Amino acid sequence: MSNFLKYFFRFAAFILIQVYVLNKIPHLHRFIVPYLYYLPILWLPFSISRIWLLIIGFITGLSLDYFMMTPGLHAAACVLIAYFRPYIINVLTPKDSSEYNYREPSPIAIRWTPYAIYVFVLTLLHHGYMVFLEWMDFGKFTDFIIKVIATTVISMLLIFTVELLFPRSLKFRTNTP
Amino acid sequence: MRNIFLFIRRYITFFTFLILQGLSLWFLFNYNRFHRAKFLGMANEVTGRVNTQFNKVEEYFKLKEENRRVHRLNDSLLNLMPGNFMQKDSSFQLKVDSSSLDKNGFYRRYIFRPAIVVYNTVNAQKNYIQINKGASQGIKDNMAVIGSDGSAVGVVVNVSANFSQVMSLLHVQSTVSVALKKSGEFGIIEWDGKDPRYLIIKRIPKTVEVVIGDTILTSSVSFNFPPGYMVGTVADIKLDNTSGMNSLKVKSAANFYNLQQVHVIENIEYDEQIRLNAETYKKNPK
Repeated sequence: MSNFLKYFFRFAAFILIQVYVLNKIPHLHRFIVPYLYYLPILWLPFSISRIWLLIIGFITGLSLDYFMMTPGLHAAACVLIAYFRPYIINVLTPKDSSEYNYREPSPIAIRWTPYAIYVFVLTLLHHGYMVFLEWMDFGKFTDFIIKVIATTVISMLLIFTVELLFPRSLKFRTNTP
Repeated sequence: MRNIFLFIRRYITFFTFLILQGLSLWFLFNYNRFHRAKFLGMANEVTGRVNTQFNKVEEYFKLKEENRRVHRLNDSLLNLMPGNFMQKDSSFQLKVDSSSLDKNGFYRRYIFRPAIVVYNTVNAQKNYIQINKGASQGIKDNMAVIGSDGSAVGVVVNVSANFSQVMSLLHVQSTVSVALKKSGEFGIIEWDGKDPRYLIIKRIPKTVEVVIGDTILTSSVSFNFPPGYMVGTVADIKLDNTSGMNSLKVKSAANFYNLQQVHVIENIEYDEQIRLNAETYKKNPK
């Protein structure tokens, strides 16, 4: 139960930061949109079932969508990264999930380089798909490419700032649930 | 049959992915086309309540600018008071001319309702403003919204019981009918999604004389905006060589960075005008 609450508050905090801080501050340029709200999806435990992962992704995206009045846009991108997350973890750390020493992905659990690749690939997928959906509705192709790159770079910067400033207290996996 | 169930069981993750993805895309395209979000009523009440709490804090930082705007509007209204005007008479007798206050023979066309902005962004390409009045306070779709200094802000696109969503002028699909103050030429004001301080009017004929600094007002042919409210001033004029028309860059009068109090304007004859329009198109299809 306490774990559930911890994850719930984590998701709520990130969405509120996204809605009231990152989307309200004047952006450096209209292409540079800082996104951070999907980070808790990357932080979910290794052991979570894939279906739950998808459902959590969907709810996270949709709750941001209703604040931003873009129903479905962020939800689609979040469902996509939630679907690909287990595959990327498998590729980067090719072993069975029961052999992990830590409960959730972090720079310490899977080391810095694989973690950076993990975050980068999912960030690129998320932004690429989301900006693509936006672009289908409005805009130019060059805008689309530049926006994906600029948004990915600023998000990576933010994510690593968060990782360095607020290291999570990592728990070892134990046999007790 | 058994095999089908086995198949579904085996690829259950993939099917869940497809279903959720399809659901999101359905929400998205539905909304882009009709501006009607699924489950919006409930969601809008929840986000509205959260936004109201945050707005209580944010309000304080905008109060100074807000006061200035309200004071300016009050000043312009004070200037219209009947006591300011004297009759040109040799005896210089002060008589209040009640004809400007007399409502006989006139009927009301617009109703104003005050509202407070609880959430607003300028960074997206589709910016929406959430205000704290909804269907139970009489707000309906397509009502016009102006700021506290009387400058055009947007149009209501969605209402729930106690909150409504306003499509800001800073929305790539927003189109509002405007007029140049000096020549009376009509145009449509849009936004190109680039700079939140500037709006665009395309296709103003070359023959119309425009100079930088000219005032743009809401037009008399708009269905939702009453005429004569400030939209902005011309900041740049560009000649489009292909069409031979000018396109104007307009500095918006409303400061979208710190909107606080707004007025929602109802056009009482809106439904009748729209119905007439629709019937005309039905009789004379293009």
